[in-house]
Parts: sequence; structure tokens; C-alpha cells
Amino acid sequence: MRDADADAALKVDEAAVGRIFHEESGRSVATLIRIFGDIDVAEDAVQEAFALALRKWPGDGLPPNPGGWITTTSRNCAIDRLRRESRGRELLSELAVLRPGNDDPVLGEVGRVQDDRLRLIFTCCHPALSTDAQVALTLRLLGGLATDEVARAFLVAEATMAQRLVRAKRKIKAARIPYRVPQDHELPQRLHPVLKVIYLVYNAGADSPAGGQNAGDDLRGEAIRLARLLASLMADEPEVAGLLALLLLTESRRRARFAADDSLVLLRDQDRRNWDQAMIAEGQAIVRACLRHNQPGPYQGGHQCRARRRRLARGDRLAADRRALRPAPDRRADPSRRAEPSHRR
Amino acid sequence: MPQYLLSVHSGAGEVREPMSDEQMQQSYQQVMALQAEMKSAGAWVFGGRLTEPDTATVVRMAGGEVLTTDGPFVESKEHLGGFYIVAAEDLDAALAWASKTTAIIGAPIEVRPFWDEPGA
Repeated sequence: MRDADADAALKVDEAAVGRIFHEESGRSVATLIRIFGDIDVAEDAVQEAFALALRKWPGDGLPPNPGGWITTTSRNCAIDRLRRESRGRELLSELAVLRPGNDDPVLGEVGRVQDDRLRLIFTCCHPALSTDAQVALTLRLLGGLATDEVARAFLVAEATMAQRLVRAKRKIKAARIPYRVPQDHELPQRLHPVLKVIYLVYNAGADSPAGGQNAGDDLRGEAIRLARLLASLMADEPEVAGLLALLLLTESRRRARFAADDSLVLLRDQDRRNWDQAMIAEGQAIVRACLRHNQPGPYQGGHQCRARRRRLARGDRLAADRRALRPAPDRRADPSRRAEPSHRR
Repeated sequence: MPQYLLSVHSGAGEVREPMSDEQMQQSYQQVMALQAEMKSAGAWVFGGRLTEPDTATVVRMAGGEVLTTDGPFVESKEHLGGFYIVAAEDLDAALAWASKTTAIIGAPIEVRPFWDEPGA
């Protein structure tokens, strides 16, 4: 028998570091982009920090705040690397010049709590980028997916996806797509592509059969994670909450949706004992909060939802919520061509 | 400050409702007001409306000599009707100027960043 310390150290294996990478890399990349103003510098440095973690943590154990450790370490890696390159030294001296005047006095006035990941998702989903590029960048930078994973999710060759990412990052840099949360008057237009990207990521994972770990599970999980993140960062946007509720209520029936032979089970035939009650409760609580806001939008489907809920007995409410919230017909086709929810404002 | 090209894309020989003198005057005044706004905001670098593409002339090197021919260089349905060069902090700021411009002119506008800040 091992002692407890050895067990704890043993748990920090490759898979554990992988999970932490998945959870934390988006935040670190986002922070480093703000500091260095360069996506490639940020990505490389965060990769380097995780490579270090993979060597150190299994022996030393987890640091108290792994995410903070990664951000600090990757910042130091980036500075070291930039000092070694002449272009990097230029960039660093520019940063030193810019820093004092660049401390976001404007952003502070907007009155929202700023999170670097929120800036990053608005940059990734800027309308000047194609939808394909928006989805790829979001999964790569915020989701921490490797290029080949993003490529597999969207059924394109890895080289094609690599090219798509390179081109998108080049455009962000050359055209100076800003790294900030849009102001309130810009939000209606700018929030829409963000919600659409998260919805597309979910749908890309929705067609894979149930059971077993597969890429579909990861994508749906990632979409829900992003929706949750966005909902926590923009608590007063009912459409964001509506999207999260939509994804939760859809996901709650996931286990009941496929038979043993992977064929589809329609709603009326599903074994409701297989529905995830915790997700249903969370989703319904959000729906009720949305109804109180009374600002219906495509992801909330507010009017329909409210009307149906009043008419229905409790047992059928979930199905009604689910239908009302679903913004587009379930198309089992190429995810990149999926219809986006129609705007019903 | 980064600079952006705002190019106004017009369809050649497009049959438009001919504008009345009054409409033309109004449109002209709106364009002038927008240009004044660009100037007072410090965004104005240069801009103007171009004459029809069949007034263009092309020079090119051919066998070590400069050859001059009748233009335009690219034959296409769409042509460059005019352009602005604006100085803008980032793409969003450039897009804001482009949005105002297209609202007045009615033609699509392509926004493209210059390679680098001149003299920076």
C-alpha cells in the first residue's frame, strides 16, 4: 500500500495535466494575448508552460493554483523567448512604452467586469472573420483544442484547418481586429456571432452516437462550458442565458436519445429515467429567469415557451421548453452548413 | 496610427434612377459633411471620387520598355468608384467610418488595412 502523499503525486499524470490544460489554457492564452498583443506568442508560451508542467508536476505535485502557475510561467517563457529574438526585443520595448497609457481607462467605464476570455471570444467571433474561422479560432484558443482535433470535429484535413487558423490569425493582426468587449450599443450585432459559434460547436458534437468517449462528447461539453462561461461573464444578457438553457435541456436528454444499436429514439418513446434531472433543473431555472426578463430572442424563444408552459401539465413542460428553445430544426448535415437560429426580434 | 483603404465598389454601366438636381445636391452635402467629420476627428488622410474606368490609361514594362495602353487594367463589371484613406485605431474604428460612408453612397465598401504604419 502506498501512503497518501505518493498517491496524490501519482494522480498528477499526463491525463490530469491534460484536463488542467483543457480547463485553464483558454484563460492563460487570453491573458497573454492582452499582455503581449500577439496570439502566436501567447499560444507558444502557454504550450511551453504546459510542457514544463508535464515534467515538473508528476514529481513535485500540483501547485496550489495550477491555472495561476501556468499563466505566470507562460508569461515568463514568453519574455525569455522574446528577449532572444531581435523582433521580440522590439515588441517588449513597445510594450514598456505602451503599458502606462494602456491601462484600459476606457474599458473600466463600460461598467462590466472584464475577463480576458470575454475579450478573446469577441475577437475570435468578430464579424470580419468567416464563420468557419470564428469556430476554429474559438475552439483552438478558448477551448485549447489541438489543430488536428478541430480539423476532425469539422471533417476537414488537418492541413486545411491549419491554413484556416493561420489565415484568420494573420487577418486579426494585419487588420487590427480589436481585443476588447464591444460597448453596449455594439452588443446586439456583436453578440450574435458569438452565440452562433457556441451553438455550432454544440451541433458539431450532437450527431455522434451515444456511449463511449468520443469527439462529439468533447465538443458538446466544450460548447456548454463556453456557454456557461459567457453566461457567468455577461449575467444580464438574456440571450446568453437562453443559449445555455437550450444546450442544457438538449443535453439532458442525450442518454435517452439513442437506442442500444445507436438508432435515434424519438422524444415520446424515450425512457425519461435516463434524462439528466440536474441539467433539467438548471435549464428550467434559467428559462424561468429569462421569462422574468421578458426580452425574447432567437435563443430563448420566449413567447412560445411561456405560452406553452401555461397550457401544459408539468410532465410535458420540459418537452415544451425544449421545443420552444430550439432555434432551428435539427439538421443532420454538415455542421458548417447548419442553419443558424433565425432572428425573431 | 494604422491606415485603412475604404474603397467604394461601383457596378459599371449600372442603370440607376437618375438623381434630381435636388437629390444630387443633398447627397453631395452629406458626403461633404462626412468628410468634414473625418477631418475634425483626425481620421482623414485622403480620398475622392474617380472618373469612369474607361478614362484610365495603363503603363507597363514590356521588353525593357515602358508600354502605354488604353485602360482599364482589369476589365470587370465592378470597378473602383472612389476611395478614402483613413487613419483609425483598429478595424472597428475603420468599419465605423465605412458604415457611415456606405449609408450615404449606397455602394458596398471594402475595408482593407495598409501593410504597415508609414514612418512608424
